[in-house]
Amino acid sequence: MTTTTRFKGATGEWEVVIGLEVHAQISTNAKLFSGAATAFGAEPNTQVSLVDAAMPGMLPVPNRECIRQAVRTGMAIEAQINKYSRFDRKNYFYADLPQGYQISQLYHPIVGEGRLEISPDEKDPSDTKIIGIERIHVEQDAGKLMHDQHPTMSYVDLNRSGVALMEIVSKPDMSSPEEAGAYLRKLRSILRYVGSCDGNMEEGSMRADVNVSVRKPGEPLGTRTETKNVNSVRFVMVAITSEAFRQIELIESGGKVVQETRLFDPATNRTRTMRSKEDAHDYRYFPDPDLLPLELDDAFLAECRDSLPELPDAKRARYLAAGISAYNADVLTAEVESALWFDTLLETGAKPAAAANWVSSELFGALNRLGKSFEDCPVTPAQAGELLGLVADGTISGTIAKAVFEKMLESGDAAGVIVERDGLKQTSDTGAIEAEIAKILTANADKVEQYKGGKEALFGFFVGQTMKAMQGKANPQVVNELLKKALG
Amino acid sequence: MTELTNLKVAEIRDGHRAGDFSAVEVAEAFSANVAAAKALNAFIVETPEHALAAAKAADADRAAGTLKPLSGVPIGMKDLFCTDGVQTTAASHMLEGFVPRYESTVSAKLWDAGCGMLGKLNLDQFAMGSSNETSYFGNVISPWKRKDGGNAALAPGGSSGGSSSAIAARLCPAATGTDTGGSIRQPAAFTGISGIKPTYGRCSRWGIVAFASSLDQAGPMARDVKDCAIMLETMAGFDPKDATSLNMAVPNWEAALSSDLKGKKVGIPKEYRLEGIDLDIDAMWDVGIAMLKDAGAEVVEISLPHTKYALPAYYIIAPAEASSNLARYDGVRYGLRDLPDGAGLQDMYAATRADGFGPEVKRRIMIGTYVLSAGFYDAYYTQAQKVRTLIARDFEAAFGACDVILTPTAPSAAFGLGEKMADPLAMYLNDVFAVPASLAGLPAMSVPAALNREGLPLGLQIIGKAFDEQGVLNAGLAIEERAGFTARAEKWW
Repeated sequence: MTTTTRFKGATGEWEVVIGLEVHAQISTNAKLFSGAATAFGAEPNTQVSLVDAAMPGMLPVPNRECIRQAVRTGMAIEAQINKYSRFDRKNYFYADLPQGYQISQLYHPIVGEGRLEISPDEKDPSDTKIIGIERIHVEQDAGKLMHDQHPTMSYVDLNRSGVALMEIVSKPDMSSPEEAGAYLRKLRSILRYVGSCDGNMEEGSMRADVNVSVRKPGEPLGTRTETKNVNSVRFVMVAITSEAFRQIELIESGGKVVQETRLFDPATNRTRTMRSKEDAHDYRYFPDPDLLPLELDDAFLAECRDSLPELPDAKRARYLAAGISAYNADVLTAEVESALWFDTLLETGAKPAAAANWVSSELFGALNRLGKSFEDCPVTPAQAGELLGLVADGTISGTIAKAVFEKMLESGDAAGVIVERDGLKQTSDTGAIEAEIAKILTANADKVEQYKGGKEALFGFFVGQTMKAMQGKANPQVVNELLKKALG
Repeated sequence: MTELTNLKVAEIRDGHRAGDFSAVEVAEAFSANVAAAKALNAFIVETPEHALAAAKAADADRAAGTLKPLSGVPIGMKDLFCTDGVQTTAASHMLEGFVPRYESTVSAKLWDAGCGMLGKLNLDQFAMGSSNETSYFGNVISPWKRKDGGNAALAPGGSSGGSSSAIAARLCPAATGTDTGGSIRQPAAFTGISGIKPTYGRCSRWGIVAFASSLDQAGPMARDVKDCAIMLETMAGFDPKDATSLNMAVPNWEAALSSDLKGKKVGIPKEYRLEGIDLDIDAMWDVGIAMLKDAGAEVVEISLPHTKYALPAYYIIAPAEASSNLARYDGVRYGLRDLPDGAGLQDMYAATRADGFGPEVKRRIMIGTYVLSAGFYDAYYTQAQKVRTLIARDFEAAFGACDVILTPTAPSAAFGLGEKMADPLAMYLNDVFAVPASLAGLPAMSVPAALNREGLPLGLQIIGKAFDEQGVLNAGLAIEERAGFTARAEKWW
């Protein structure tokens, strides 16, 4: 059971109630209603079609791939998929909004209620909680204003105008910053598994509006505020904490929380008023008359479902069943790239538990050191499989394997080639080992005495000395047996 | 040369094909008429060079044996269609000087078929109006005059009033129109010509300046039913760039034209008998009924019980959509920008839109904004949509008992300019017979049937089942053949 975090105020403890609206940019090459490209970082106004610029007489036509990705995402969170949905216009004037309205889905979203299981405590993955998801709808992004290009004017970049977003709206089911952070990480992971969003928060592909209210335990919900466009998991957690304390202090000092839209300032870690409810727009939502309702047929839905990959929870369960530790299963499944890499490694016949250990320690360590990721991993799963195979069949020891892996990273050569060339094969030649053991026991007669006197911990010292003398190539099991015999 | 401008589309097409005249002669003759008719103010921009270039191409194609369906036919283009390289204004100050770098689907189809453009035709601003008096470029004047000895300038109808006036005055043999709530049919009726609004979705809306998206439909205006059929065949067709476009093959309407209505039933909606209506209108309607009987049709009374709610519903839905569709004219990217000294963004919006839109456009934006506002949406917009559904059901039920419906096109003949400008509601009433078919998305056309006592043309409207333009055209042809409407405005301009 995940426990609710209590915030300590002057008048006692408070609960915080959190809901998140995540805007996730759909990974497609074309915008939601136009054929224009969507690459990040292009020169301003180079990815703008006549439709995106809202030229007279231009009409939106839905991009099938965007719809497909929203449906697949809905399926991945076990949500109800609405076979009938519709686009609505949200009307307001702003210079980054060429049409004077955003095409969104207010009344009939494409995806209904779903759920996400989170593990807020990284140290205890078995401690889980279900977060309800209210809906997912598809909508257009706006353009961007640039205020630093001219002393008195603002410039408009319409590259993002019309880019497809999914708005994923959670229920107010989270009760601590940690849960919100876990929710975002899990959601991001699923989006990346599904391939519907790259989850890149720095580039703005994923951002969250954070709804926060506080209440005394057992009391009804308090008035909430919405903090807009927070663009990292950490900032979301900080914004929740900061906003919760602001509300608590406000209420405890006799004030009232005002329903309003706020902004998070990462420089001060505080939220501030953007606009109050009184200034809120009347968006005059109504069904977009340029677009017919979306009606999804069974064949389309079946294709969406069939194209879903194995999702993180299922993968994690499969890893646990294969004898992989919970910790390793979490580490391996967190990112789709590492999971896919690991699955390919398993296909080479690698033993799951040993392979998971190796990846989560050796490979992750190497990638960190080299500043690389699984996408540009210097060794292939096949190469790693060969290395692990050499350990598994006793050809080399685990210690030697580390050295071989380093050489693989340096030279790009195959493990087998390196082992052969450098003579690293493990030996079980008892004669050679016994000879070395005899030398070591003679040279360390004092320690032999201590061992025999009951200091059994010294056994490891003898093993280490023997392995060192054998240049690591001795079979550890044989060394153990022979040492035990020699030490009587 | 004057004989050439008396020719209709089919006659020009066939005569050119037969070598009776060159396309250049035709283009020059019509361009001369256009140039000489400034008093009608039918054109915002004249493009004789465009018509001439197309004519030269048509003559060359004839020599090469590669004639196109409408080679040699010059037409007028309502200035609501975006035309590549030619100013497109929607008759507004907002878009004055706006030159698109793209061509609307419908106009592109006409050019591809060999038509040439004589110019961009005047209209009510953003197609909002029934008299052409809301144009920023001055009202169009009808070529018709009352036979009362007076010299009152008459409205050519609207919003496609430039189109109707130009065709009636023989400035072009045909023109494009658009119809949101009667904007093809009412001006056709006022000027003694024919015009058809096809089923919603037949013609692509891509590249047409939007008024009310769920109602806007392009269609042809011409001097007879056959010309309308010919033009519509070229203008219609599925367009993947318009999500509401009908993905259906375009029938060969011209070839299937037949005025034999044996076995057909014509519905006469009792709710269209308005109290206090112009007696001439009622009389013409009765004559029309007799004509269709004569053509072999059986006449049945039908009921369209929600008719009286159509106009109020229309004047909620159309302004609601317009208020949103016209939000893009904000001074940021194209068209008019008023940027007073020291102005911020909001000031720029206010100044630009105050200056760029005329009073009728502003009125509709205000109405539309109001009916979509929080607290009013359900009372107005939602109710209006329900009414729209009921009206569509009325028609569905009626078409269980008949094949086409016959009504007057408008409740009166052309009125004088200025007569109704002070009373928007009286102006809106002009569309009372046209609006229900628009709300239901049904094909409907107006054909000239008679002159009233003042010597002004009156039109009959035929409403058909969805996708049954053929039935509408055939009934129109039956009336046309029997009405023998040959009257034309005496030239005074």
